[in-house]
Amino acid sequence: MSDAPPPQAGDVEAQPVRARGLVKRYKEVLAVDHIDLNVQRGDVYGFLGPNGAGKTTTLRMALGLIVPTEGTVQLFDREPMRVGARALEGVAGFVEAPRFYPYMTGRRNLQLLAALDGGDASERIDEVLETVELAPRGKHKVGGYSHGMRQRLGIAAALLRRPRLLILDEPATGLDPAGMRDMRTLIRRLADEGITVLLSSHQLPEVQELCDRVAIVDKGRVVYEGALADLRRQGGAGYRLRSTDDARALEIVKAQGGVQDASGDEHGISFQAEETTVGELSLALAHAGVGILALTPELATLEDLFFRLTEPDGTPGSHDNGSLSDGRPAAETNTILASR
Amino acid sequence: MSSVASAPAAPSAAPRATRRPSTLVAYSWELRKLISQKRTYLGLGLGVTLPVIFVIVQNVNTHHGGGDSIFAAQITQSGLATPVLMLLFESVFFLPLIASLVAGDIVAAEDNNGTLKTILTRSVDRGQLFAAKALAALTYAVIAVYLASIVAAVGGVASWGFNAIKTFSGSTVSASEGLLLVIAANACYLITLAAVVCIALLLSTATRNSIAGVGGAIGIVILMYIVAGIPGLEGIKPYLLTEQFENWHGLLRTPTDWAPVTHSLWVSALYAVPSLVAGYLIFLRRDVAGG
Repeated sequence: MSDAPPPQAGDVEAQPVRARGLVKRYKEVLAVDHIDLNVQRGDVYGFLGPNGAGKTTTLRMALGLIVPTEGTVQLFDREPMRVGARALEGVAGFVEAPRFYPYMTGRRNLQLLAALDGGDASERIDEVLETVELAPRGKHKVGGYSHGMRQRLGIAAALLRRPRLLILDEPATGLDPAGMRDMRTLIRRLADEGITVLLSSHQLPEVQELCDRVAIVDKGRVVYEGALADLRRQGGAGYRLRSTDDARALEIVKAQGGVQDASGDEHGISFQAEETTVGELSLALAHAGVGILALTPELATLEDLFFRLTEPDGTPGSHDNGSLSDGRPAAETNTILASR
Repeated sequence: MSSVASAPAAPSAAPRATRRPSTLVAYSWELRKLISQKRTYLGLGLGVTLPVIFVIVQNVNTHHGGGDSIFAAQITQSGLATPVLMLLFESVFFLPLIASLVAGDIVAAEDNNGTLKTILTRSVDRGQLFAAKALAALTYAVIAVYLASIVAAVGGVASWGFNAIKTFSGSTVSASEGLLLVIAANACYLITLAAVVCIALLLSTATRNSIAGVGGAIGIVILMYIVAGIPGLEGIKPYLLTEQFENWHGLLRTPTDWAPVTHSLWVSALYAVPSLVAGYLIFLRRDVAGG
């Protein structure tokens, strides 16, 4: 890294998060293994992985809480371990559950954090308490708050800093369904206002709904980084067919060139193929006198893809060594996905 | 957040350079945190308990004709003798314990509660936070020492009057001069107590464990008392921190003997400076993963 003066807080061209070769080793345990991340301006970036994959450790390094064993992580071109708190200008968030002083009220906690933020943060306490709907409880001690209220106070504390980059580690954990929905709404709204969001989450539907780009980590390594839409396309453009004669239709589908993984069940026939092949197939079915009741595209869900990338046999709960569901060794498939 | 969508607009994402807070701001909030915690008052309460008990017991003894103890003659001549006697008693173990209760806990507790990561992701540098915590711990020690002394002086003066007082050399000084000597004696004692605070702060930072921070500092004090009593180790005795706890005695002699004070200054610095620097360096580079 050069010794040039760090960019100013207003440098909107800088990349919000750039990690290169990030490694964290705890004695014999390699928690993070050469992770590269690229969060671009305006991204709602999902950071996914099983428990112990290295997500929280990576976020801690990003926020300057722990020192990388190797590699660098920069926030808007500034390295937290190198320039200290200056690297966090325009950055806010929390890792794991947000923590506060239980013997102080929610408002008092925000006053403390606003004082440590400087600027006009202290003038915005009422506003952020309103935003997360904690204004009526602001005068109560945090020790009496529920988990959900602490999560919301964590968001309020982050918003005090007027962030351009919001780093959130499992913000919906422990919330009831309504709380999770409201957290999603809030994150979506903040993203719509131009805040870049780096969201670590176990809630795959939440990530699928909110995020446009994702990184999936497993055993400390990134196994995919890129657009969520690309990942889902790579997962296979699947189709489901219902016809007037499914048995005959299955024979025709299997015989059609370019069709893969054709199978039938009580819900119809599923297969994978390119669009042009599907067009040819529909003509072949018509020519054979088989009526098409429904022919619908089915993209792989993020959950399907997540398990395919992080579980050896592509199914939840499996940790045996072996190949992925498509028969390729895990390392080979991961390389293919990661190289896109 | 049942109606988040209709909540007031979220803060603007517009970038803006903010003026970063000073160490003084962080220090003032460290003090406010101390004020909000029961532990703070437990320590201060311990510090004033002994003078209160002493004054009550001496008053009862005096009224029942039991004023023939070794302290009674001096104590009843002037109320200003009480804070001197209390400093003599409390300086050995009590005040180091009270100072360590905060200094040994001030970093470790925040690490274990996870609040350290909360404040380290704001706009103050690690060095500023460490300085603020060190200053807060020292401030607490100053308050504990002077609070105990004030309670002892008020109790003593209320019981036996604001009179002239005899020094250790046997000469008599006026009440106002005696009061100044009491204040100065406490200040001299604080030189050595500051070193104990720095050791506790280092242990709190390095071990991330409040019990190790508090207990370790007190353990070191006890160890030094033991070492001082071992035959053959007389040579190192002048360099033990515990020997400096009596540095203020020189002030209460006529003429004033400054040698113990200056000696304690550099001996205390030998313990305090490395501890403070080591704690600072550890705090700057440590992984914060607690909570």
